[in-house]
Amino acid sequence: MPETVTREAIQTRVYGALEEFGAEPTDLAPEATFEALDVDSLDLVELGQIVQEEYGVELKGEDMPKLKTVGDAVDMIAERAGV
Amino acid sequence: MREGCALVTGGSRGIGAATARALGEAGWPVAVNYRSDADAAEAVAAELDCGLAIQGDVSDPAAADAIFTRAEEELGGPVLVLVNNAGVTADNLAMGLTDDDWDSVVDTNLSGAFRCTRRALRRMLRARYGRIVNVASVVAMKANPGQANYAAAKAGLIGMTKTVAAEVARRNVTVNAVAPGFIATDMTADLDASNALLEHVPARRAGTPEEVAACVRFLASEEAAYVTGTILTVDGGLSA
Repeated sequence: MPETVTREAIQTRVYGALEEFGAEPTDLAPEATFEALDVDSLDLVELGQIVQEEYGVELKGEDMPKLKTVGDAVDMIAERAGV
Repeated sequence: MREGCALVTGGSRGIGAATARALGEAGWPVAVNYRSDADAAEAVAAELDCGLAIQGDVSDPAAADAIFTRAEEELGGPVLVLVNNAGVTADNLAMGLTDDDWDSVVDTNLSGAFRCTRRALRRMLRARYGRIVNVASVVAMKANPGQANYAAAKAGLIGMTKTVAAEVARRNVTVNAVAPGFIATDMTADLDASNALLEHVPARRAGTPEEVAACVRFLASEEAAYVTGTILTVDGGLSA
């Protein structure tokens, strides 16, 4: 894990991933729902793999139903990364 | 030549080798995975316009990543066609199967296929294209005394095929299986093909590896885009 992980850095990375998945950059906001962004369960599994590789944070299958908004995901990743 | 590549596990002989050749003819660079017979795998790879033999035992949990990484690096792109063909047998009546007999067959035929599938999916999903073909067997559906371990692994492979197919269909990734019957390969060489077994086959002959490979080639083709989660039986009518 990089030494200086910040919540902002995690949010930036999550936004970047969501853009790669096809979300419109202008729609990205903490309160935006994955459903509205057309980000599906396969995308969330891939997001989980990205944050595992980059932050050593594990998002399990049982976590996925709890993640409704972009902010939910950033919060969970930040919490588990100890930020 | 296409972008991306195909990977055939257990590609040094039999159905795997025939499949590697068929996918090569279809224009794919092909990674020919093998466990122990380097000479045979190198020979198959050398026949292809763009072939690469890669050693790796898919029953080893670390093998899938190593095999895929080499294929991606040396064949210049993601694995967009995966054929889970590697298979072993350790036949005995269930009462006499040892734990090793059970584990080795399940590890190679089922767990190895799962790990290769998992490793392949991420790149396929990103590419919005992928073809996974699992080589199952008619014994998944019909009793064959002496092969409880093999039948269980192949039935598991069919269950996995259907479920993964449903999970990834929306990304233009298809997952199918072929279920060969009695095919003339090294694996069946010990069976006496001349008499009783073939009497049950309406075609009255054993199938060839090339006849199975042709079906794999179809399922791996762009034309088969709307075929997913299905099992294509290739058995000369045995289970008809």
